[in-house]
Amino acid sequence: MEIPVVRNILEANDKIAVNLKELFAKHGILVLNLISSPGAGKTSILERTLTDLKDEFKMAVIEGDCQTDNDARRVAETGAKAVQINTDGGCHLDSNMITAALANFDMDNIDILFIENVGNLVCPVEFDCGEDFKIALLSVPEGDDKPEKYPALFEKSSAMILNKCDLLPYVQFDVERAKRFATQLNKDMPVFQTSCTTSEGLDTWYEWLRTAHAAKQK
Amino acid sequence: MAIAASLIDIVKEEMAKHNASKLLMVRVCYGKLTNLVPEALSFAFEVQTQQSPLEGAELELKEIPVTVTCGECSTEFTPEGTDLFCMPCPSCENLFGHTVLTGKELYLDHLEAE
Repeated sequence: MEIPVVRNILEANDKIAVNLKELFAKHGILVLNLISSPGAGKTSILERTLTDLKDEFKMAVIEGDCQTDNDARRVAETGAKAVQINTDGGCHLDSNMITAALANFDMDNIDILFIENVGNLVCPVEFDCGEDFKIALLSVPEGDDKPEKYPALFEKSSAMILNKCDLLPYVQFDVERAKRFATQLNKDMPVFQTSCTTSEGLDTWYEWLRTAHAAKQK
Repeated sequence: MAIAASLIDIVKEEMAKHNASKLLMVRVCYGKLTNLVPEALSFAFEVQTQQSPLEGAELELKEIPVTVTCGECSTEFTPEGTDLFCMPCPSCENLFGHTVLTGKELYLDHLEAE
């Protein structure tokens, strides 16, 4: 017999993500899902953000990694609450893992929750974790063709951080090319050129965060 | 692997609903803009259905093409070629700011079972 179905394959994940969005909205928490290759600097950007804005916002982090709690320990040193999810080899976080991790947080005591996804430019894009925005991170040593090779991430992200810009004199990276491709499928996406070493561009990222947080409170 | 696992959960639910015991075929439709790698899903499906009533079922993967609305003149069109970053509007040749209408889907269309 033929059984017509027409069901979204990720429906189980998406249903939980809807519940998460309601929960975050109820508590007025801005949630950002950071996605990049391994080594692009997600943890470094977080360390700086958590340190520089600690007097402005109460911030918390869910750290996703295949193994180890190295990143969670680095983030916790800033004073922010960090909870580690080890995926045991899994290449992305999903809404169920986020739900489980939330049991460790006081939801009334968070303004901004960062989800540091597993380093991977492909799989995390498909799994809604209940976030308000996906943030794509790209670092200049990785090459300016990443947006061409992994269009889905750049198409679905609400902002792009181009990190390690202090290395631009030493690597072959065409900033305009990367920006052009990243914004062709996502015209209005802001691009922040940053360096955690020199602090370049971090202020524009912080300003975006302030605006996004204020919008979430309305 | 996670997509295959979610797919298998839905297939099992639907088979139970219809009192089916042996799966013959599953058709999945996926948009060209998803990150789905058909070979990877086929492999994961095969591995995860071994030694179950789903083993040996044929997994049919149907790609859904990209269609967009031009960001400039609102013409609907299907881009030619495979380059997702070069989608000139046939009407006004604009390259930027198109709205994606199809190409992001990922769903189980139907299955055959006995």
